[in-house]
Amino acid sequence: MSSSPPRHGRRIALYTIIASLITTPLAALVLGPHLPPGHGSREAAAQVTDNTVLTVVMTPIACLVLVYFAYAAIVFRQRGTEIEEGATTRGHAGIQTAWIVSTTAIVLFLAGYGTWALLQTGSGSGQGPVPMASADGAVLPVQVIGQQWEFTYRYPTYGGLETSTLVLPAHTQVEFHVTSLDAIHSFWAYDLGVKADANPGADNVAIVRTGDARSFDVRCAEVCGLWHGYMADTGQVVDSASFATWVAGQRKAFAPIAGSMPPYRPTYQPDPQRRAG
Amino acid sequence: MVVVVSNFGKKLAATGLVLGLFSAGLAWYIGGYLMVTPDSVASAATSAPATSELTLQTVAGLGDAYSQPTWVAYLVKDAHGVWRQSTNFTVPANSTVRVTVLQYDGASGLRNPFLARPEGVVGNTIEVDGKAVQAIDPALASHTFAIPGMHLVVPLEGVADDAPDQCEAAPCGLEKAHRTITFSFHTGSRGRFRWQCFVPCAAGFIHGFGGPMQTIGYMDGFLDVV
Repeated sequence: MSSSPPRHGRRIALYTIIASLITTPLAALVLGPHLPPGHGSREAAAQVTDNTVLTVVMTPIACLVLVYFAYAAIVFRQRGTEIEEGATTRGHAGIQTAWIVSTTAIVLFLAGYGTWALLQTGSGSGQGPVPMASADGAVLPVQVIGQQWEFTYRYPTYGGLETSTLVLPAHTQVEFHVTSLDAIHSFWAYDLGVKADANPGADNVAIVRTGDARSFDVRCAEVCGLWHGYMADTGQVVDSASFATWVAGQRKAFAPIAGSMPPYRPTYQPDPQRRAG
Repeated sequence: MVVVVSNFGKKLAATGLVLGLFSAGLAWYIGGYLMVTPDSVASAATSAPATSELTLQTVAGLGDAYSQPTWVAYLVKDAHGVWRQSTNFTVPANSTVRVTVLQYDGASGLRNPFLARPEGVVGNTIEVDGKAVQAIDPALASHTFAIPGMHLVVPLEGVADDAPDQCEAAPCGLEKAHRTITFSFHTGSRGRFRWQCFVPCAAGFIHGFGGPMQTIGYMDGFLDVV
């Protein structure tokens, strides 16, 4: 009397379900809160949520792949020295249909979710000169000017004040206007969840609502020449009183050059230089 | 016991040897190219406590005594009073560094006028030919000495286009037309900081920012705080 062949498919499915039931809650509740970029702003916190959703969706898929891999390595391995033919491989319409339907549903869900998330506030990304997601309520406009190899910042509501450090008030909606004077740079305020390309002649808008007072990293995320790797700084989110004090100090320091500055504009076209080819 | 190596084995070994030698040579060439950097020149100690001096000159072109190409460049005076082509400087930590720049080059103009205001220097003031200034005309800037990591910017005003007896190639003597810019800054704890020129002064390169503006030993370098 011969025993019936094992139902490999059912075993793999069962193991996958068990692994997913264990790991998916862990991914959502344990790993999720620690995913980047942190909670430095409303947009950054939303990106943590987005990354958690992606992790939760991919965890069962990863379980399926890993379980299948381990199962095949253990059960289907060659035993003994004699080389044997493997089992006949046949198509299975039900499995194929389920795979196509499930992967299509996952991709469409993620596309829809991503689009919805982008339309909320722009997710901290550069949206071009006419942003799809506009700011809700009052904003503090801050222009970010990329140049080889430093970012400087202009505050049009404070008389076109330009500074070499980025300081923002806490719990304020900020509208970054990112541009460049030369090559292509990319303004990346990592902890705030902001990333926007700085293109010469373009005004790239990114919106963010700051949280509590903190410091944050600023980097260039576009290879822009010799000192690209050094094009980094630390910005500060401070309470409103400290911000007012900082602005007053900067305006005083800015006064000697204020008369030589061009009026605030979304973009700048520096005059041709004598030596610039 | 005699080991017999087939012809195929010999060919394989020979090919491997040739490839190995070629790879090693290529790695040595590329590594040597990437690692070449000027020696660092230390600032000179002064009689004042925790104070040192650094003397630089900026020139429109290097003479034959220096490395090629003869681009626009910074030079530094070493302990023997010799002008050396190096843009790597060493200064003491937690001290005051007094810098004198003999500026022999003409004006190119700043792309961002904001950088025509000294920042990060003592008193936010520099002296140009003995006169204290808090900003220069951005169009008259020839170079800057800027250390972004310290938020330090010093604009260097250029020699007038019609100035007599201009220096064409380094090293330039004090008899040649020049501007003298002096300033001081405080160093903090130890570290390596990059410094650069912000003026698009690289003649003949796109946007004036190629060549010497992207080569250590000309318009960029390191400040080692030790």
